Amino acid sequence: MEEHLVDWSRAQFALTAIYHWLFVPLTLGLGFIIAIMETIYVKTGDNFWKKTTKFWMTLFAINFAIGVATGIIMEFEFGTNWANYSWFVGDIFGAPLAVEGILAFFMESTFFAVMFFGWDKVSKGFHLLSTWLVAIGSNLSALWILVANGWMQYPVGMTFNPDTVRNEMNNFWEVIFSPVAISKFLHTISSGYIVASLFVVGISSWYLLKKRDIKFAKNSLVVGATFGLITSIFLILSGDESAHQVALKQPVKLAAMEGLYEGKEQAGIVGIGVLNPKKTLDNDEDVFLFELEAPYALSFLGYHDINAFVPGLKDLIYGNEKYGIESTFSKMEKGKIAVNALKKYKEAKKENDIEKALKYQKILEENMKYFGYGHIKNAQDVIPPIDITFYTFHIMVALGTWFLILFALILFYTLKRDILKYRVLLMSAVASIPLGYIASEAGWIVAEVGRQPWAIQDLMPVGIAVTNIATSNVQITFFMFAFLFTLLLIAEIKIMLKQIKIGPNGGH
Amino acid sequence: MNKYLNIFNMYKDGFKNLTLGKVLWKLIFIKLVIILLVLNFFIYDKSINTEFKTENQKVDFVYKNITKE
Repeated sequence: MEEHLVDWSRAQFALTAIYHWLFVPLTLGLGFIIAIMETIYVKTGDNFWKKTTKFWMTLFAINFAIGVATGIIMEFEFGTNWANYSWFVGDIFGAPLAVEGILAFFMESTFFAVMFFGWDKVSKGFHLLSTWLVAIGSNLSALWILVANGWMQYPVGMTFNPDTVRNEMNNFWEVIFSPVAISKFLHTISSGYIVASLFVVGISSWYLLKKRDIKFAKNSLVVGATFGLITSIFLILSGDESAHQVALKQPVKLAAMEGLYEGKEQAGIVGIGVLNPKKTLDNDEDVFLFELEAPYALSFLGYHDINAFVPGLKDLIYGNEKYGIESTFSKMEKGKIAVNALKKYKEAKKENDIEKALKYQKILEENMKYFGYGHIKNAQDVIPPIDITFYTFHIMVALGTWFLILFALILFYTLKRDILKYRVLLMSAVASIPLGYIASEAGWIVAEVGRQPWAIQDLMPVGIAVTNIATSNVQITFFMFAFLFTLLLIAEIKIMLKQIKIGPNGGH
Repeated sequence: MNKYLNIFNMYKDGFKNLTLGKVLWKLIFIKLVIILLVLNFFIYDKSINTEFKTENQKVDFVYKNITKE
């Protein structure tokens, strides 16, 4: 395999996923905000709300149209760049993606048409129902994608078939209701709701700064900030559950998120910190050049117990007998036994030696959960990039906290004071639109970079998942996508800005 | 029958009265051509299913990759 192939393949997939994720969160959240606005229209009969709904619907359509189908490229990449992975995961990955395709296609596209073409053609009630169904449909699509992703983080509900060398789903419900998948779904969609709320609040604030469309902007602010405030609380709760699942299922990721080298009881969370670049697992350098810690918080966040022991990277690599933590070296041994058992099983099958095949099948089954460790050359290779994981996690949390404060302030000053006088607050709201995207992408980076080197947690490292193709091909497509996606993004921003400038009174 | 005619008319009028939608549909069309034709047939034209004819060949290919030293 060519040098750097794995890195380029990962970079290409990351690029595609990051660009795709620029479009998705707004669709997830704005759909509900529009549905809420239309509900107010249907309840009050006030045409002002119809006009307001239509304006935000136009921006929703622009985002939807630009973003639609960008996710298909990832499915192509699975086939060409990640062939071993695609075969190995079998129908477990395929089934949720197929359901997503059907749901996305039938539900969203059917009701999307009614939502845009159906004004005054269908009853108010049916139109409202269609708007809600578009919002629900897009969120259900996200569910299936996140179920598939959740399985990669915590593979359950399957058995490995050594004859076909692929995993076969034996419990559909275990895959769907995996605690990792559910917490990931809830946390991800709520981040989308925040992005959409910031979008509505930010654009409305811009109108107020320009002193135009005041009534429209103030009412949109109230809906956007209320939705943002409620979903911020939901985001914190789902984030707490997500971190708890990471602590239980991916302790190395949690240790990297917090730069925790030495495990400890009553572990605190570093609120603000600068990592020491000289720190390695085996030297005595300080982990941080500067840090501000909230005591007990990590034990509580990870295990819902302020006294709980949180394993550090050293405990996870070298093991810790006192707390029953197995070392990575031991897992690597078991992984090698699993890989070897698969080879012996295949040989026995070829020789038609059933007894020998059954013997090695049993050994394989006993060690299968360590299979991926059989390909790890150096125990420290199971540690993800600590700096990226640490900083993106902290950026996400800091921005999430700021958004909660912003929504509360916006709501208070809109309802209780004359918000037009608070220009700094309005400017902060406008500036927070891109921050929402940064926080959401940072969350993805924590989830995906934090689980490296695994394509499938503990079962398949990325170096084994990748297809052995020419690195130059991957490089060319990487830059091609960067160009294509940037073009799409520019198109979206230009069309969007044009519509925003036209405003709610001129664009329909 | 009337119901189906109404649905047809909703789509017909909807597409006929597109303003911004025309630009968006053009963008969607260009994007789909790039993704489904160019990428699908020229860039991502190879996969395990196109390179190997039989199930055994595919299994053998993946088996060798996941057990290599």
